Amino acid sequence: MTEDCASFFSRKRLEDRLVDTPIDESQVRHVAQLARLKLSDDEIRQHTVDLVAILGYVEQLSELNTDGIAETTHPLPLCNVLRDDEPQPSLTPDQALANAPQKRDTFFGVPKVLNQEGG
Amino acid sequence: MSALKRSMTEPGITFRTIIGLEVHVQLRTKTKLFCGCLLEFAALPNSLTCPVCLGLPGALPVMNREAVRLAIRLGKALNCTIADFAKWDRKSYYYPDLPKNYQISQYDKPLCQEGWLDVPGEDGVGRVGIQRAHLEEDAGKNIHDTPGCTLVDLNRTGTPLLEIVTRPDLTSADQAYAFCTELQKLATYLSVSEGSMQKGQMRFEPNVNLAIVRDGIEYRTPISEIKNLNSFKAVRAAIEYETRRQLQDWMADNSYLFGERPHENRGWNDGRQVTELQRSKEQAHDYRYFPDPDLVSVEVGRNAALQGELNRPIDELPVARCLRFQAEYGLSANDAETILAERATADLFERAVEAGAPPKVAAKQFVNVWSKLANEYRRSIAELGIEAKRIGALAKMVEQNTVSASAAKTVAAAMLDSTDGPDFLAEQLGLIQVVDEEELAKWVDAAIAANEKAVQTILTNPKKAKASEGFLRGQVMKISSGKADPGRAGELIAKRVAGLKDQED
Amino acid sequence: MTTLTETVESIRAGQTTATQTIQACLERIEKNDGHLHAFVSVDSKRALARAELIDNALKAGKPVGPLAGAAVAVKDNLCTDFAATTCASRMLAEYRPPYNAHVVECLERAGAIVLGKTNLDEFAMGSSTENSGIGVTCNPWQPDHVPGGSSGGSAVAVAAGMVPAALGSDTGGSIRQPASFCGLVGLKPTYGRVSRYGLVAFASSLDQVGPFTRTAADAALMLEAIAGYDGRDSTCADQGVPRYAEKLGRSLEGVRIGLPAEYFGEGLHETVRASIDEATKVLVDLGAKLVEISLPHTSYAIACYYLIATAEASSNLARYDGIHYGHRSKNAQDIMELSASSRGEALGPEVKRRIMLGTYALSSGYYDAYYKKASQVRTLIAQDFAQAFEKVDAILSPVTPTTAFAIGEKTDDPLAMYLADIYTISANLAGICAVSVPCGFDPAGLPIGYQLMGAAFQEETVLAIAHQYQQHSDFHRRVPPL
Repeated sequence: MTEDCASFFSRKRLEDRLVDTPIDESQVRHVAQLARLKLSDDEIRQHTVDLVAILGYVEQLSELNTDGIAETTHPLPLCNVLRDDEPQPSLTPDQALANAPQKRDTFFGVPKVLNQEGG
Repeated sequence: MSALKRSMTEPGITFRTIIGLEVHVQLRTKTKLFCGCLLEFAALPNSLTCPVCLGLPGALPVMNREAVRLAIRLGKALNCTIADFAKWDRKSYYYPDLPKNYQISQYDKPLCQEGWLDVPGEDGVGRVGIQRAHLEEDAGKNIHDTPGCTLVDLNRTGTPLLEIVTRPDLTSADQAYAFCTELQKLATYLSVSEGSMQKGQMRFEPNVNLAIVRDGIEYRTPISEIKNLNSFKAVRAAIEYETRRQLQDWMADNSYLFGERPHENRGWNDGRQVTELQRSKEQAHDYRYFPDPDLVSVEVGRNAALQGELNRPIDELPVARCLRFQAEYGLSANDAETILAERATADLFERAVEAGAPPKVAAKQFVNVWSKLANEYRRSIAELGIEAKRIGALAKMVEQNTVSASAAKTVAAAMLDSTDGPDFLAEQLGLIQVVDEEELAKWVDAAIAANEKAVQTILTNPKKAKASEGFLRGQVMKISSGKADPGRAGELIAKRVAGLKDQED
Repeated sequence: MTTLTETVESIRAGQTTATQTIQACLERIEKNDGHLHAFVSVDSKRALARAELIDNALKAGKPVGPLAGAAVAVKDNLCTDFAATTCASRMLAEYRPPYNAHVVECLERAGAIVLGKTNLDEFAMGSSTENSGIGVTCNPWQPDHVPGGSSGGSAVAVAAGMVPAALGSDTGGSIRQPASFCGLVGLKPTYGRVSRYGLVAFASSLDQVGPFTRTAADAALMLEAIAGYDGRDSTCADQGVPRYAEKLGRSLEGVRIGLPAEYFGEGLHETVRASIDEATKVLVDLGAKLVEISLPHTSYAIACYYLIATAEASSNLARYDGIHYGHRSKNAQDIMELSASSRGEALGPEVKRRIMLGTYALSSGYYDAYYKKASQVRTLIAQDFAQAFEKVDAILSPVTPTTAFAIGEKTDDPLAMYLADIYTISANLAGICAVSVPCGFDPAGLPIGYQLMGAAFQEETVLAIAHQYQQHSDFHRRVPPL
């Protein structure tokens, strides 16, 4: 049995970490807005509790010195996966729109976009 | 034009305009950046989509090699360093024309970095720094003109774009205009883009602010980003407007300053010729860039096709080649520029000259004959597919008066449907110019005999003499079915009429 | 209960027909799925039609694929153009893809018949199949216990004998853990071994599709059918597919099996530990050599995993906004409210929780501390495995700290649920292959499994070890009391 493994299941240690809570309700509301999730006040409260617990737990990563360690974003060392510039058949508009909640002619329909900008 | 301006309304104040540009150039590929859907303008809405560009669950992107090659080509022409290692990132924002609600782009490892473009201006050539050029996918199209409803067409979703970001080196609306036109010339010349404004293949976003000096102290206005301009004219007009507006706003309120007021996104109202503040409901953007786990890196040195593109010698760029065409071939600046609109056409011209075409005559034919035929077929001259040798031979025939310049048009049209040489075709069409003086004399005499009125005009009305001589020359061409050499016919007409005058005197 | 290998052999030998096989499967579904809820949808008409085609081909002496006539089930996050693909989410309750996942094409090309779609934790987020928007799936060994998750439906469909094989997806243990809870072989192939095209993404750099079967030999058959290059997935390896089934007979003499100290510490239930000890003895008797090894960054794996997986998920699930497909809220005035309400109404609590965590981990000011840090720790974890595989041919460990838990036992404590993934998530982070193998039962009669992890593209090694073990054990032959 190692010290490392003990840490996984020790609730005590988890609770110790929760002292400096890294996130509060107003931040949770902001994150919900970024994530485009409409949440009730109850949900906001619950997510705050959950996020505080989880963020407290993941805090342990800061124990590790990772200076100069490369980031892994792909498990396999692949590069240059390229395809030829050759056309493939597209879907028909009917297929493309088959699951659309609202359509007009061969367009997707959505409520009027009010003065928002894109990227 | 001097970059430093004096305020018209308040003495003692000078200012300069600071402009950076973001330009989106659509790359000339057959298919989209990450899927095999065709790129076609004005197709039936949502007829060019697939699970990948619709962002359907489970669909995955695969890079288009040609898009990467074209980006390398333009990046090199912009004197950029091409990265050994470039990667793809997701940029998150919600919009109905972006079905995945993230755009695949390149954030911290773009393909092209740190270059420049030289832009001719009134004060000579100005060098504009390029900060970066990266590949990204375009969004679709929202159509807002239906009451109560926005319509979304995703045909354009996934179109390959190269986003070019300049340093804030531009100092005037005119220079920004010149930069955009030069960039368009370069991109079309290198066949990297069709560069069509009508099809929205180039879009511009100027970032503008002012450095105002009053009493030796410099003040900077907040930067405004003018979104999505799609013509050169709009670039110039919007920057000019924005310069005036920022100056006025600062004069009205001296706390209108960079750092104190937010960065503004503004839209260009073409009807009113003003920029308008765009209000965003969302708070400050947080795009949450992170590496796209569905795509792997681009490592140019480890792919033969990409390395090949990188190794290709840097082409002679249009500005230099235009000067050379004028010096070496004696072309006019206009003719040279027309031929240089596309590299393949310019290459064809030079091959025709190598094959023996007299350059000036060939250039006139490119501008007056071949370009018209190309337009009729909606292609470039090079895409007409006529070999350099045949093009050269036709120019030579005109130079040697074997066919007239006007007959050459008919011959050229015939060359499109035939593989025969222009000499054979001219012969078949009966367009070989006759040099036989006796035959020419007969046609001239016949023309004079049939048009006594015109002869009288020449003799009596000096104002209209030239026109009537031209008319008679035309009659000679008609009687000879185009076989007469119009120059010699003119000479002979003048001689004969002079003789008549002598008789009368 | 017959294995996949036995099923295809008896169909090919004419002892039974594809139609009879499908009918038998349909009967078992009819009898048991009313209370087990393994399936989200079953298409008996289509399955019987395909069975008839295969029977006709066999009668006419035409060549058929290696899985001809075998019924399979696929997890309902694999796209099918013939059935809705719901991901057990209200968001996609009606969603019908216009295309088939690569693995579905592969199975049907091999002659298998996709009988239906199985239940899962919504968007594969969970370890118990309790997070399904469609209903809870029950463990056939004890119906008041969870089958594990997220591929619980596929596990139960095989364990209850409704189909001889099924596909699941594994992002952090979602094949291996339910296989272990249900007494099956569950294989997570090497990342890139199987195309993800048509697998609805949870965390793209961790997701892999793999089979549930009774035996390692069956898993080999399934893997041969689904593995290999696919130009539609940029992360799919262009690497040949070995004939796994032919390589199962290899002797274990001298095979080095690593036992990582970090995987046998506190928290591992004693009955599980005891069963695994017994299993290692069998392997030693077969000639394997045990080697003590260390995977020192194991304790950071859960934190690392839950940051990376949720960050990717927050982006992958951004598309579900009711604009182009999926649930659209009826209570919205403008577009922003439309997407926020559609998502708020149709996504379940666990999915929301992970989207929130992932969004936070990627947001401005936190990226370096969370996502980037986790990506670096991921490198350290992968290096641990690379070093270990210099010394050993495979690594043996528990799959889960305990046997299946009771339904509802952990639903209020998401973190406790995450912590139970400790033994399975590292293989996903490192991208290596791993298989879970039945090795016992606890006193309550719930199955226990062990895990064999192999280096990247060493599926033939772990399958051969599992196969040799199964030649000398009978846990996989036991049948749940239905």
